[in-house]
Amino acid sequence: MTSPVLTIRDLTVDIPTRHGILRPVNGVSYDIAAGEILGVVGESGAGKSMAGNAVIGLLNPPAHIATGEILLNGQRIDTLGRDAIRRLRGKEIGMVFQDPLTSLNPLLKIGDQLTETMLAHLDLTQTEARKRAIAALEEVGIPGAAQRVDSYPHEFSGGMRQRVVIALALCAEPSLIIADEPTTALDVSVQAQIIALLKRLCRERGTAVMLITHDMGVIAEAADRVAVMYAGQLAELGPVREVLAAPIHPYTDGLMGSTPLASRGKDRLHQIPGAMPRLDALPAGCAFHPRCPYTQDDCKADPGPRIEDGAGRAACFHPIAREEVA
Amino acid sequence: MAIVSIRNLTRIFDVSKPWLNRLIERKPKALLTAVSDVSFEIEERTVYALVGESGSGKSTIGKMLVGLLRPSEGHVDIRGVDLAHETDAAKIESIRSDIQMIFQDPYASLNPRWRVRDIIAEPVAARGGATDGLAERLLEQVGLSARDAGKFPHEFSGGQRQRICIARALASEPKLIVCDEPTSALDVSVQAQVLNLMSDLKDQFGLTYLFISHDLTVVQHMADRIGVLYLGRLVEEADPDTLFDDPKHPYTQMLLAAAPKLDGFGREVAPPQGEIPDPINPPPGCAFNPRCPLAADRCRSERPALRTIGGSRVACHFAE
Repeated sequence: MTSPVLTIRDLTVDIPTRHGILRPVNGVSYDIAAGEILGVVGESGAGKSMAGNAVIGLLNPPAHIATGEILLNGQRIDTLGRDAIRRLRGKEIGMVFQDPLTSLNPLLKIGDQLTETMLAHLDLTQTEARKRAIAALEEVGIPGAAQRVDSYPHEFSGGMRQRVVIALALCAEPSLIIADEPTTALDVSVQAQIIALLKRLCRERGTAVMLITHDMGVIAEAADRVAVMYAGQLAELGPVREVLAAPIHPYTDGLMGSTPLASRGKDRLHQIPGAMPRLDALPAGCAFHPRCPYTQDDCKADPGPRIEDGAGRAACFHPIAREEVA
Repeated sequence: MAIVSIRNLTRIFDVSKPWLNRLIERKPKALLTAVSDVSFEIEERTVYALVGESGSGKSTIGKMLVGLLRPSEGHVDIRGVDLAHETDAAKIESIRSDIQMIFQDPYASLNPRWRVRDIIAEPVAARGGATDGLAERLLEQVGLSARDAGKFPHEFSGGQRQRICIARALASEPKLIVCDEPTSALDVSVQAQVLNLMSDLKDQFGLTYLFISHDLTVVQHMADRIGVLYLGRLVEEADPDTLFDDPKHPYTQMLLAAAPKLDGFGREVAPPQGEIPDPINPPPGCAFNPRCPLAADRCRSERPALRTIGGSRVACHFAE
């Protein structure tokens, strides 16, 4: 097996505050291989975006990486200085954010934004860069790319803008793309187009993708493996088919059950009692135990097993026993 | 009995540039038809859902129903009273207190400087009603604690805020609540809690909901009847089972195929082609014809009327 593009080992992010240290990401480990889409799901505040920001070195101070290491193509990147990580962003790591309007500069033509990125990272002339900008727009399916390259962001619809952002993320041919809620602001039919585009590009170029979203349906269709996060920790990690169809962590099970699709034909939706704990009031032991239907004494005392080295399925003392799924 | 009857409802917005700009640039007036000739009825104690993508006119219909916008043409009758054309102030007042609304963003729809008690009692206090203990009672009914009445909105999470919005909507003992994307800003597990609460309250108080959403799975769970909107037009209406098992309009079919499936592992869908057309210059004939696989010449010239087919109403020349 080839070495993974991205390796995260025991990553912990701390935010020191006057009232103590908050830990939005707590001992998270996972890998993403070339050409693989890893879905990272969780509810608001689960730490999924914070982990993504840690990888690209965009943590807002005072948030910082406390322990753990992040390796990109075998090299540590969490210890790099500001300038070094800046050269990496855009070149080795592409980013796609939720709101395409805020990730594009409204005052620059999209062609200029694309060429700017390429000239900063690749050894190209202006003419070559422009040619590649047009090719990149064609590749993400923007009709009439040769003309549209001189348009401003406001002249595009939401779906087309997100395509431009994807072109921008891909133009320096990065080995990893971090897509943080890339389709949340889009309509269902446009969402399907963007997901299909991401899947195709990832497969054709062998780019690793970290797809951060709260939408289980998107994960099911796009991801190869899925990491479920809860209160800063990894709750369950595994192939998407197994985790979503036969979850063994009680939190994943509850989350899947509360989606309206899973309750079709029932009067009431299954609900997880309570709410995710605030970071300054995490319960002792397993963070999920106050809401878990299977809690036993050991869950209340000990934080529970961790998913380490990207292996293992669920961080739980008493995972739900499942028949082997085919 | 139908509590709401909407007939030939149309709303046109004037989105022209200012007069002088039009004169200099020789541009005509630009009129955006947000809702075009929509008719449907909502039965008492049911949930009617409007689904559609952005720009389909679903929120505009909701706003016209509660009286926040006036219809350009057509009528909205609530218990036989047309709010936009009724002149008897007493009748208008009695109908108004029967309608309430819940908005999408619980962060924007609660005044951050008011205590929860005042927020919840406002619809009653505004009409001079008695508000003693009202907020505390309603808070417990929506699953919060009576002690929360003295707090401010920022002390609550998104799901709890939406519960406060629901409590406020219930304060004036309405019959009809228009819910505009009530759970779109919430996480899945919180969404489940809020949807369950809404179902319980509906049974308890005999409420009728107009449920506006873009989320097909939520609509399928909540609705008794679903209307699908495209570019301001009602293209299909059916009960959930019929709509999801046997969608008749090509747009509904496209929408259902595009929606992510929880068991759609590695599903390769041919994504829908094209985008929603410009509502200022909608295509002639059927609004869906530029994207429709079935489109024929007739679709480009003649707008299809809603036809009743089985339990559905469909606006397509070729549906059967």
